[in-house]
Amino acid sequence: MSESFKLTRRAFLVRSGVAGAGLLLGFHLPSRRKFAAAPVAGTEAAQPAEVNAWIEIHPDDSVLIRVARSEMGQGIFTALPMLVAEELDCDWGKVRAEYASASENRRRGEVYRSMSTGGSRSVRESNDYLRMAGAVAREMLVATAASQWKVPAEECRTADGIITHTPSGLTKRYGAVAAAAAQRQPPELVFLKEPDEWHLLGTPVQRLDIPDKIAGKPVFGADVNLPGMLHAAIRACPVFGGKLRQHDAAAIAKRPGVVQVVALDDAVAVVAESWWQAQQALLDLPVTWDEAGNGAVADADIRASLEAGLVAEEAVVMAEHGKPDSAFASPAQQVEATFYAPYLAHATMEPMTCTAAVHSDGRVEVWVPTQNASASLEAAARTAGVDPLSVEVHNTQLGGGFGRRGTSQDFTEQAVRIAKQVGRPVKLLWSREEDTQHDFYRPASMARLTAALNDKGHLTGLRARVAAPSILTSLGMKASDGSDPIALQGLADTFYAVPHLRTDYALRTLHVPVGFWRSVNHSQNAYFREHFIDQVARAAGQDPYRFRLDLLKEAPKQRAVLQAVAEQAGWDKPLAKNTFRGIAVETSYGSHCAQVVEVRVNDDRSFQLLRVVCAIDPGHVVNPDTIAAQVESAITYGLTAALFGDITISKGRVQQGNFDDYPMLTLRQMPLVETRIVASGDFWGGMGEPPLPPVTPALCNALYAATGKPINSLPLSAHGLRPA
Amino acid sequence: MLQLNVNGQLHELDIDPDTPLLWALRDHLHLYGTKYGCGIGLCGSCTVHIDHKAVRACLVTAADVSGKAVTTIEGLAPDSEPVQLAWQAFQVPQCGYCQPGMIMASVALLRDKPSPTDADIDAAITNICRCGTYNRVRQAIHAAAAGKKEGADV
Repeated sequence: MSESFKLTRRAFLVRSGVAGAGLLLGFHLPSRRKFAAAPVAGTEAAQPAEVNAWIEIHPDDSVLIRVARSEMGQGIFTALPMLVAEELDCDWGKVRAEYASASENRRRGEVYRSMSTGGSRSVRESNDYLRMAGAVAREMLVATAASQWKVPAEECRTADGIITHTPSGLTKRYGAVAAAAAQRQPPELVFLKEPDEWHLLGTPVQRLDIPDKIAGKPVFGADVNLPGMLHAAIRACPVFGGKLRQHDAAAIAKRPGVVQVVALDDAVAVVAESWWQAQQALLDLPVTWDEAGNGAVADADIRASLEAGLVAEEAVVMAEHGKPDSAFASPAQQVEATFYAPYLAHATMEPMTCTAAVHSDGRVEVWVPTQNASASLEAAARTAGVDPLSVEVHNTQLGGGFGRRGTSQDFTEQAVRIAKQVGRPVKLLWSREEDTQHDFYRPASMARLTAALNDKGHLTGLRARVAAPSILTSLGMKASDGSDPIALQGLADTFYAVPHLRTDYALRTLHVPVGFWRSVNHSQNAYFREHFIDQVARAAGQDPYRFRLDLLKEAPKQRAVLQAVAEQAGWDKPLAKNTFRGIAVETSYGSHCAQVVEVRVNDDRSFQLLRVVCAIDPGHVVNPDTIAAQVESAITYGLTAALFGDITISKGRVQQGNFDDYPMLTLRQMPLVETRIVASGDFWGGMGEPPLPPVTPALCNALYAATGKPINSLPLSAHGLRPA
Repeated sequence: MLQLNVNGQLHELDIDPDTPLLWALRDHLHLYGTKYGCGIGLCGSCTVHIDHKAVRACLVTAADVSGKAVTTIEGLAPDSEPVQLAWQAFQVPQCGYCQPGMIMASVALLRDKPSPTDADIDAAITNICRCGTYNRVRQAIHAAAAGKKEGADV
């Protein structure tokens, strides 16, 4: 229960210039549902009312909340509606969620703001305007009821979708006043609840999407079915950068079900009555490729380029403080290690897919599992050569995303190209092999870290050189000075108190496409740094946990999660025979996370992953059960990569294709995950990615404790270290 | 003409008898709960029941199952199936793509072994989940087994 205009609340000017256009919520923009006619008395209840772009209230009090970010498993289809509902004071049991439309977003002046779903940004970036949308709608509902009762709005309170006039006890349901409320001017000023007034945020409510997901009902991209739809299977040039030279369509033209063979610049697609027919014909289609001079590139060439980067003159300094050169002039002790992290594919369970219809009147529709519906819209418009306002994007459920389905919309572009040539709706689905071999990979990287210790064993200097391809440069998002503001995530922005520091970056230009892979460059850089810290601690003769604590004197949040995880894991308690622990900490995407991995190591170098203990500080907590699930998720994803992940290149192409040669962690190998939420409650952090970076170094540190040998390259399987 | 018995309904299909059951279900019967993940029987996203046994639908042809009883995720009763009730209680799914296969594999496991040990679960649930629902899958299977035994709601 909450009272209106409670003065302790934080006030937000809805249309003030304080946050610029950032607070323009589009409350006055015309709705796609037509409410132009003023409601006639007595008929208001006949229709749902869009109180603002985010919220539709139905006569039966059910509330539809629109979600502009993509649900790919991380739980935002529940978390974002919770933010709205908290301030709206509606009955959570009557809340439904649906995707906001990218097309509406464009038509209505970006009313839904960013639809990009990456960088763990959904909650931390949109919590303010979503809570305000709820608060504004609530004010409009209260004002409507108060004016109908002819009482001051200040005398009314709201809870569970009911407005109560406190002095008289009169009540009205939201559904009864919503249509009239939708006609009101939105308030200029709203008050948001203080965290201690929240009743929904911070509680483990059940996810809205799960009942359908356990019944097999959600429509994923691969499940789209349209009248007259055909199916496409595709093969792109296996050598990155190459083009289609020749193909012999006649060789498969008479195959059952085959309708058309479509040649694209760098790929060829077979369109058939069913996907299996298309794929079988594609496998037999004779094709020759122009490999664009990349057909001889091998892993050794890539390694050589990375190694050259470790000593290259042209590196760009990304962070420097103190006097790093003098710190290394005559240290009491110097420790150095050189690391390698391989390319990684995303391997979403649902391979890339998109369904497109290019209509004869110039309209284009796409049905697509996307991490950025606005990017899909732009890609479809650009590819079809139509005005973006002619494009309708229908978001589907995503069978995983992990960064693959956002910035790069290659699958959308392909589907539109194919549908345009075929003249009928076409569902394009990649085979698993196509998906593994045509990803935008986590960059292969090398790093050389050097530490200077004084005679007391304190870390006085740290140098880190990273040699890696640049994601931003490869996506055309960065200038050509050789810098990349995210390449040194986790190194340039380190929270450790090191008096003298230099991190620099040698950009490597390689032909393998790179992209955003869950936690991006934190994933490998945290491994480099945190596994190195254990090597430095050992050189200093110190316990790796306490060595870190000493370095975190000026980093209270990181210190707190590290202490919490050590306590939860029983860091100082003796371990069973052959059992070892490793610890690591990282801050990424606005949240702080520390983990302890426990392994039991066998004589044959196989090991059991016993448990992973995680302490996480995401600031405010929206849904603690979703946090626990994301911790389990990121740990699974990170462990899979650390254990097995290795995309290798030969003859210019990826050598792996399916789960037999690009294996995944399975249930049998999965450790128990224990999550402790240490919410400091004064910021909004991300959740999808922050629990990933610590797990690889924590595991490597545990195995280092067991074997005494550092593991300075990944995956572990390349060292003969495998889960039993 | 092939005759398929899916979820208790008979369907006549004029398709290539070599069509994998997975694609017969998806592209011809429009039962989309059974998912494609790898096509080589490794990921388990296409797990269905054939005469009550868990089978990967990408590895059998439509002709193979002619005359047999095929059950897909659409053929379960989510309001009473203990596995699905446990899945709800433990909030198992994340993206949800692999979950029909996980659920079908788990229902078959509990039919064979009403009180599975962790080792039984390890051996039976080899499905791949990229979201990392494994801890909850294990918990939910144990809970479903307990619920079944007591005849109570999970």
